[in-house]
Amino acid sequence: MSTITIDKAGPTRKVKKYGSISRDRAWALRWSYFFLVLFAIFSLTPPLYMLITSLKSSAEISAATNPWWVYHPTLENYIGLLTSNQFLRFFWNSAWVSIIVVTITMLISVPAAFALARMKFWGSATLATGVFLTYLIPDTLLFIPLFKMFVLIGDWTGIQLINRWYVLLFIYPTLTVPFCTWIMIGYFASIPKELDEAAIIDGASWFQTLTRIFIPVALPGLIAATIFAFTVSWAQFLYPLVFTTSTDQLVLPVGIITTLIKGDVFNWGQIMTGALLGAAPPLIIYAFLMDYYIAGLTAGATKG
Amino acid sequence: MADVALHPNRVPATKATRRRNGLHNALRRKSTVAFLMTLPLILLVAAFVIYPALYSLHLATLNKSMTKFIGLGNFEFLFKRDTFWLVVKQSCIFAISAVIFKALIGFIVAHFVHNVPANKQRRWRGMLLVPWVIPPAMSTLAWLWLFDPSYSAFNYTLSFFGIGPIPWTGDANWARFSVILVNVWYGAPFFMIMYLAALKSVPEQLYEAAAIDGANWWQRIWYVTLPMMRNIIAITTLFSLIVTFANFDIVRILTAGGPLDHTHIFATWAFRVGIEGSDIPLGASVSLFMVPILAVAAIFILRDISKRGNEA
Amino acid sequence: MAEVSLRKVVKRYDEVEAVRGIDLDIADHEFVVLVGPSGCGKSTTLRMIAGLEDISDGDITIGGDIVNDVPPKDRDIAMVFQNYALYPHMTVAENMSFGLRLKHYPKAEIKSRVTEAARMLDITDLIDRKPKQLSGGQRQRVAMGRAIVRNPKVFLFDEPLSNLDAKLRVQMRIEIKKVHQKVRTTTVYVTHDQVEAMTLADRVVVMNHGRIEQIGAPNELYHKPATRFVASFIGSPAMNFMPCRLEDVDGRLHLRLTDRLAFPVPPARSARYQAVPRTERLLLGIRPEHIAEARPHLHPGVEPFEAVLDVTEPMGMETLVYFTLEDTPICGRVNPNAGAQDGAPLRLAVDLNNMHLLNEVTGVVL
Repeated sequence: MSTITIDKAGPTRKVKKYGSISRDRAWALRWSYFFLVLFAIFSLTPPLYMLITSLKSSAEISAATNPWWVYHPTLENYIGLLTSNQFLRFFWNSAWVSIIVVTITMLISVPAAFALARMKFWGSATLATGVFLTYLIPDTLLFIPLFKMFVLIGDWTGIQLINRWYVLLFIYPTLTVPFCTWIMIGYFASIPKELDEAAIIDGASWFQTLTRIFIPVALPGLIAATIFAFTVSWAQFLYPLVFTTSTDQLVLPVGIITTLIKGDVFNWGQIMTGALLGAAPPLIIYAFLMDYYIAGLTAGATKG
Repeated sequence: MADVALHPNRVPATKATRRRNGLHNALRRKSTVAFLMTLPLILLVAAFVIYPALYSLHLATLNKSMTKFIGLGNFEFLFKRDTFWLVVKQSCIFAISAVIFKALIGFIVAHFVHNVPANKQRRWRGMLLVPWVIPPAMSTLAWLWLFDPSYSAFNYTLSFFGIGPIPWTGDANWARFSVILVNVWYGAPFFMIMYLAALKSVPEQLYEAAAIDGANWWQRIWYVTLPMMRNIIAITTLFSLIVTFANFDIVRILTAGGPLDHTHIFATWAFRVGIEGSDIPLGASVSLFMVPILAVAAIFILRDISKRGNEA
Repeated sequence: MAEVSLRKVVKRYDEVEAVRGIDLDIADHEFVVLVGPSGCGKSTTLRMIAGLEDISDGDITIGGDIVNDVPPKDRDIAMVFQNYALYPHMTVAENMSFGLRLKHYPKAEIKSRVTEAARMLDITDLIDRKPKQLSGGQRQRVAMGRAIVRNPKVFLFDEPLSNLDAKLRVQMRIEIKKVHQKVRTTTVYVTHDQVEAMTLADRVVVMNHGRIEQIGAPNELYHKPATRFVASFIGSPAMNFMPCRLEDVDGRLHLRLTDRLAFPVPPARSARYQAVPRTERLLLGIRPEHIAEARPHLHPGVEPFEAVLDVTEPMGMETLVYFTLEDTPICGRVNPNAGAQDGAPLRLAVDLNNMHLLNEVTGVVL
């Protein structure tokens, strides 16, 4: 509690009347750093431990030496995975699914958001709220009926969708489209009305207004939505676990968990390497586009 | 056209009707275009969200082989099973305690980050958000390895302090603690980011005014920070409650419901009975128990959104 | 280049009539300013001319063609918005040429038009910048440039200077006037600022409650307002209104302001007011500059009186004095050397040659 005391002295820093306040402030800063370091350690331990383990050989892992240190660093786990057709297959499945889902998501949600933000029509307000509600429905509520639905579709039409990676292309958009539409509505709505009026007077059609004015102006929102759609698709675990079983149809998270964990024989070096490689694409995107990532994260609750 | 302009008095009737049609057409064209632009969205939601949601209500009333309507039979069956009540209890413990700790830690960390000089905030924020960025299925694997019964890095460290070894996932209560810990680790950064955004939106003058009025740090939090952040705290907590209640990845990978079903929550148990146990109607019935809590949270969120809509 | 005319134009929003039947003819090359308080329907009228709002009733013609159903892009108009509405992702040149590019003009022509407009507006150096890098005044110029390059039949300005600070506003006002002198395009300009209206317009249209109160040249509106609204809206500080009635004293027409204060009506005005019933409740309208300190030799029609000043406001070149007459607050403009002091009495004189007499109930100037 005392830490918070000192911490909250912060906002008074501009009242420089009393000497003690700047001293409090210095202490507050020291305590803040101290606890931030603790929280950072807590936050970064699992990913760092992934990295440490991924650099160890199986022999070193089973020797139970200091788990926090690598005595004989080796890339054998990376080489093993990156030359394994199975792992590469998972990786490509994940990449394809995510890229196609991002494309589908943008094609659906950008025009819809434009229509809902700018072209008021009967029921548009209700629809916008409905979109948001859809975002609140979790995947864990829908996976059983969806599974049964696709089984029945297979039975009726003969088109086998269960245990095909592309079945995910139908399902993932239900996770990405509502949120992306929602934040794009927010971004589009924040564009001043005069801007589209100026475009109309300049002779732009609705489509040209969207492509030449709205999309470029709302580009930060578009990037945030794209990042969101990609990370959600990349990280999704439940749906591929339910819908795909053959090893050649699996995406990365499910693939690592179902193939590298063989009974009780855990090849932890490879598992951690796989997990790190699986975490890499979102982490890299995050590292380069952190501001957009955070904008997208906060947009859902602060817009609208 | 020139004719019309030259004799404005002669053609008012035809003009009026023509205009009304023109306007009408324009309006209709515009809303038709707008409707077409939203059509893919509507179809997607109808086919893959609303229909399955209703379909699961139907599924829940069928017997295991889905050949017979048994009404509330599945629910009667569930109510008689101890495991079901264990799942209800664990779901509530898991969701509520995880959300409380996420909210608290997020709030505290947000203050610390807000407290450091502005040019260093970005770096800290970047580091502290990493747990949220890693796909939970991947990071939970790291936790699983950290909790490993024979090679646990935590137990290795704790042994220097004479503690342990702790059965992180082996003992029912420790396993409950572990899944909550991992969930807090994963979810607290989200709260931190939201609170940080809210903290930045509180005008500095308010704190200065409060300081001049003689408010101490606690009064400043209570009378300035919290009221200003009330909306964002409420909505973030409700969001998180929904997501945590419906969690699957962490529990599934860390304990798979074990030991002895003590860490099962609705989603993992629905998967166990519905997909692994091939009793789809029973699985659907289990997952339907998430609906009430989701509905309550959704109503509160909607109220908040419509309120803000009215203010704007 | 074209004339614009509005015939009985009405705009209804559900139950509310924002514009209640407007007739207006704007000649070719003319600069017309629509002025009025917020909510008077002036912006709605402009947006109907632009085609951004549908017309509920009536006709609008541009260059002789009825444009009621013509979409904005085919009306051959250009508009300058209050918040400039520059496309933030385009450079100045791209902003100005957007409309031309949509119409697939040849590249060379676009370039020459943009260069020409930029030169006219003195923004040649800014041509490759983004709007974010420009000051308010520069953005305003770009917005005008965007209108000019289109070479439209009509310019529409929607409160273009309201977002600028006072000094810049004066500067841009002159700039707009200069541009109009060069390109001579028919212009409809909306503002709530009567000074802008007076300084820019060939003709001013004063609007109130969705109707036109008066149309006329700036000086005409100032000196011969038709209604109390126009009289009080045009001019700053506003015209004073004092309740009064007419009475005959010794065969001469007098204005009775209070029990103790009455002025003879100047002979030039007597004939005009002779027919007004003596019992009618009237208002004397008099501009502050026609209430000044009393000089030793008063012209005919200038009547002296004494007042105790409530407040004085020294403005430098003049001093504004405020006093009350039977609870009616009155403002006068006196010479800074007249010795006006808060709370002190001052001998003033009212110039009744410039008086207006209004019907108190209808607000019509007699």
